[in-house]
Amino acid sequence: MTHLFFSLTLGLYGCATAAYLLCLFRSSALLTTWASRLLLGGCIAHVLSTVHLSNQIKHLPLTNMQESLSFFSLMIVAAFLFLERRYKVTTLGSFVTPVALMMLIASSALHAELRHLPPILQSNWFWIHALLAFFSYAAFTIAAGVAVMYLIQRHFLKTKHFGALFQRIPPLETLDEISYRCLAVGFPLLTVAIISGSIWSEQAMGSYWVWDPKQTWSLITWLIYAALLHGRLTIGWRGKRAAIMSIIGFVVLLITFFGMKHSITW
Amino acid sequence: MNIIVVGLSHKTATVEIREKVAFSPNLIEKPLRDLVALNDIVEGVIVSTCNRVEIYATTRDIAGGIARIKRFLADHHRISLETLEPYLYSYHSEAAIRHVFRVASSLDSMVVGEPQILGQIKTSYGYAAEYKSSGIILNRFLHKAFSVAKRVRTETKIASSAVSVAFAAVELAKKILGDLSEKTIMLIGAGEMCELAAKHFLNSGAKGVMVTNRTFERAERLADEFKGEAVRFEEFLQHLHRADIVLSSTGAPHCIIGPRDVQEILKRRKFKSMFFIDIAVPRDIDPLVDDVENAYLFTVDNLQEIVQANLAQRNLEAEKAEEIIEQEIGQFYKWLSSLEVTPTIVALRNRFDEIRRAELDKTLSGWKDLPPDGEKRLEALTMAIMNKLLHTPTTALKQAGQGGRVDLYVDALRQLFDLQTCHQDDGELELEE
Repeated sequence: MTHLFFSLTLGLYGCATAAYLLCLFRSSALLTTWASRLLLGGCIAHVLSTVHLSNQIKHLPLTNMQESLSFFSLMIVAAFLFLERRYKVTTLGSFVTPVALMMLIASSALHAELRHLPPILQSNWFWIHALLAFFSYAAFTIAAGVAVMYLIQRHFLKTKHFGALFQRIPPLETLDEISYRCLAVGFPLLTVAIISGSIWSEQAMGSYWVWDPKQTWSLITWLIYAALLHGRLTIGWRGKRAAIMSIIGFVVLLITFFGMKHSITW
Repeated sequence: MNIIVVGLSHKTATVEIREKVAFSPNLIEKPLRDLVALNDIVEGVIVSTCNRVEIYATTRDIAGGIARIKRFLADHHRISLETLEPYLYSYHSEAAIRHVFRVASSLDSMVVGEPQILGQIKTSYGYAAEYKSSGIILNRFLHKAFSVAKRVRTETKIASSAVSVAFAAVELAKKILGDLSEKTIMLIGAGEMCELAAKHFLNSGAKGVMVTNRTFERAERLADEFKGEAVRFEEFLQHLHRADIVLSSTGAPHCIIGPRDVQEILKRRKFKSMFFIDIAVPRDIDPLVDDVENAYLFTVDNLQEIVQANLAQRNLEAEKAEEIIEQEIGQFYKWLSSLEVTPTIVALRNRFDEIRRAELDKTLSGWKDLPPDGEKRLEALTMAIMNKLLHTPTTALKQAGQGGRVDLYVDALRQLFDLQTCHQDDGELELEE
């Protein structure tokens, strides 16, 4: 069952991504509606697949790379679907659905071995930590997608090039607002995720902070977003600078997520 | 019954000629009554705008009807027909339907897609309906034209892009600032285009206007007009940070806003984006302002380019619109032709019956030893022959009425049997599409 739902999700995400990419080149109300429907369908299948898997393994599927990637992907799609309804930003889908799709493909390519939950993960603090971290990751992914769109739109405006893509990307101010909202939601989540993570670390290893690569890079990520948010609130960093920082933050986040293994888990 | 169109427009006549033949809406009753009083003209509608004067009419006699309307236009405006004729165009039947559909859909307008023409035709039709110069065919025809125009508007993007510089400025500002409802405008100097742009911005919901001018009184006057705030020219830079949209058109010989000013101003407003439009020649705003982050500067040339691109886009959309119109012409023409079917059938029957009666009377009058039921039987015999003969053509004609090629049959029958049909003036024959 899990596998069936998962394949369905993969198929629907694939179609939705294709549709959203097509939206960049062709404006049609029908296409937009169907892109959104396909993605919503995929998201529902994804939720079912995740719930079913949790039932099977008796815990949230967040404990290895395969599960984490799938969950990351689900969070991105859910966040986008929410924003799409709130801000009517179809083109954002063209930038974030490919990311979600790639994560899901990567997840499906990884081999899943059934294994027992390591005792070290059997702590509520770990679950809080992992869930919140993924919520914040999704918010930052959207922020990065929006930042890319901002830079493209800004480029069109500065070079006075007003093509079809220019017409489709939402106004700069809307992009800026979405970006800010995402940071304002993502940053506190990340903060709490890091704190709960260090509490778990204390339980598991006897020390709140061990300076392993994962923790170090998490801190770097946190510092970048902290700087960005601070600059925005006090000096008014926005526009190009904020967009670039948001993209850098996302790259560092990906390094943290993919590259850095916890010395304590796997 | 045929639809004819006679008129002139910006495409065929200069404004001097157009204004000579224009009809004043206040005095439209008499020309409408005169129009339908003309021989051969059954119904008539007069459309008169600053870009076109057109008469839509129905007639039995196409050539005669067109000639009479041309004469009517010349006489009514006291111009010689020789002077007027070269500017006039005329259409009949399908071409007339196509022309009116295109005009109503704004495909024949000076600026393709402009929305006023539909309203103007509706008003003109309103007069015709009021003074009863339009009847069953033109009523139906113009309502069809309105629905075609609506279809064109909703199914193509013919009217969706800005084709004036002022409107292009508003559209561009929206792409930067998003919703304009909380935005403030600063007008520097006075120029027609600036004022027009400011009006467009206010119509799009902008919150307030600041006006500055070298002569403070002018600034005050303009500020009053926009219910805004006048700012002294010497102090305008101190107020600029409150403006999201800056429209500048002074006669200053050199730039009055430089990149440094803008940097300072942006810092004061926490780098919220600003939108500058420079309409002045020589320029008021240093081109380097565009290099400042979060400041976006556009000149009239930039806006003009957008307008040109949009016009090109409209022409593409116009092709889709033409396709829609072609479909609708077919449908309407079918209905129009079907109006002729029943009168033709009736006339054909009458003609046959006439002959039958005449021949029957001739026979009966000379027949001495006619059996008692002979008259009845002869009557029945001739009726049966007539009905049998008429059955096939009647069915064929009715079927043609559904199919659309009915005018051919009707014309042939009329000529072959020398039929005179009188047009039915009720709507019972309407074939709903």
